[in-house]
Amino acid sequence: MGKIMLEVKDLKTKYVTRFHEDVYAVDGVSLTIEEGKSLGIAGESGCGKSTLALSLMGYYFAPLHYMSGDIIIDGTNISGMKPDDVRHKILGNEIAYIPQAAMNALNPTQKIIRFIEDVIHAHDPKATKKDIYDLAKQRFEVLGLPPEVLQKHAVELSGGMKQRTVIAISTILSPKVLIADEPSSALDVTSQKMVIKMMRELMEKGFIRSMIFITHELPLLYNVTDDIMVMYAGQIVERGTAREMVFDPIHPYSKGLMGSIIVPEAGTRDQKLTAIPGTPPNLKRPPAGCRFADRCKYATAECKGATVAMKDFDNGRSYRCRYSVEHLREVYADE
Amino acid sequence: MSEKKTTGVTPAENAAPAAAARPSCLRGTGVTKVFGFGETRTVAVDHVDFDFHEGEIISIVGESGSGKTTISKMLLGLISVTEGQIDFQGKPRDISTHRKKNEYWKGIQAIFQDPFSSFNMFNKIDSVLLDCINMRGGKNLPKEEKIRLMTEACSFVNLKFAELTNKYPFELSGGQMQRLMIARIFLLKPKILLADEPTSMIDACSRATILDMLLKLRDEINMTIIFITHDIGLAYYISDSVYIMEHGKFVEAGGADEVILTPKAEYTKRLISDVPKIYEEWDLTTV
Repeated sequence: MGKIMLEVKDLKTKYVTRFHEDVYAVDGVSLTIEEGKSLGIAGESGCGKSTLALSLMGYYFAPLHYMSGDIIIDGTNISGMKPDDVRHKILGNEIAYIPQAAMNALNPTQKIIRFIEDVIHAHDPKATKKDIYDLAKQRFEVLGLPPEVLQKHAVELSGGMKQRTVIAISTILSPKVLIADEPSSALDVTSQKMVIKMMRELMEKGFIRSMIFITHELPLLYNVTDDIMVMYAGQIVERGTAREMVFDPIHPYSKGLMGSIIVPEAGTRDQKLTAIPGTPPNLKRPPAGCRFADRCKYATAECKGATVAMKDFDNGRSYRCRYSVEHLREVYADE
Repeated sequence: MSEKKTTGVTPAENAAPAAAARPSCLRGTGVTKVFGFGETRTVAVDHVDFDFHEGEIISIVGESGSGKTTISKMLLGLISVTEGQIDFQGKPRDISTHRKKNEYWKGIQAIFQDPFSSFNMFNKIDSVLLDCINMRGGKNLPKEEKIRLMTEACSFVNLKFAELTNKYPFELSGGQMQRLMIARIFLLKPKILLADEPTSMIDACSRATILDMLLKLRDEINMTIIFITHDIGLAYYISDSVYIMEHGKFVEAGGADEVILTPKAEYTKRLISDVPKIYEEWDLTTV
């Protein structure tokens, strides 16, 4: 077992709306990532994936509020730190974040090298321009980006190029954890592949030590990450390796999610797509029992009664359901 | 609501009978669109030929900038055709006057990518649906009959009409709005539905629901569906025939299995190799 890079224990965060109502967007999430590993997070829109990403990097600006739990990055506990301290000491250095529309994050009036200077000066005010330029040039060359990009403005770059530039800028200080929130959703397939290739390279060359990849595109997650975690209504419902999760999902929600995969390969036209009916619960008033019970076709009255804890099985897999693994596998086999 | 929905039949089982057996619905010969002139002259669509048959699901696949949206706008009659001819149900299409255009739009309707901007935000949902009934000539129907039709359309897409009255479209989620769009199509019953990336702004599980409904709709009213998409996996899953578009030209066309499983054009091969796969290794070296 490798060194643990990121450890999260029972993290709870909430949004407070204008009407002072609490929305429990992340509700008791625990996870660990070892050095050199990547973790994928899947789930529908509104299940708390992006909120989890913001919470992990300590970005607690209103309306997001921290409630309880620990976030430990390579031995340092950052939970409860002030957002401003987090920005100076943690962001970029320990943990880096790529938002969904990263290509719109670049100021059109400045050259790319200026962004890199900003990032480095925030952590080391004494760094000289020449040192920064050399470092940036070297890093860009290793990642297969032409160094001329450094002297260009954002408008001169294509969408895929901008996205890769943003990734290179945010990882310039070699962070321990990289959180990528749908980094390729807005790109076409060819640019997406280049972005993924670059993220693989970052990992292989040791510029980032571990990665969290958030998306709802499961075929992509299967190809990029080692482990997959499925989130539903602010909670984790299942975790396992990518292969296990795609070909042998246990939780009824994961099962439904994996049934929506579409790939252009022989045989897929004969499979039926499964859709999960209904909508996710309102997180202002989360249901008492199993949160998926209302949409689950195996649910009984008992499911809605008591809360369900995560259960471990096989080696290292866990899921959140009242039924036993054997029972669920039998039920799926019968269908 | 606890029952999980699956598509009644898979597209493979449900494949439309041989194309020749059915009459042609929309045919284009040498369709061209040129934007600008002089130095800025851009040929967006370059002499394309197509033949769409009744009850068929057709996909037009291509990357950003390949001319997919231009061709869909020409088919809808929103922009003029520079050169070439489009035949609608065997006769040359005539949309020279406003009245004729309205008549044409009874036969062809569209669903767009962004459900949030597809509705007039000042109109309530009932008036959106009522418009469709009026357009089909149901203006003088009794009120009860109109409500029955609207309820039927909503229940077809798993929405509850009673909950929607007096609501505005922006009060719904993206998936619900896209379903309401399909309810409109259900009321209008056009001959052809043009779906321009209908699922690309929706997450994977709502996507399955939308596709399921489109397939059901096809069976119900024998509609032709033209899918415009960049997702080649989706195109393969849903369509009977696939057209691959590059720089305003169709580089490959044919049955879905033929085009996707045994691609001939270099461009198609590249598109397919760029999509993440599950059953085979995804080759990252070829970028």
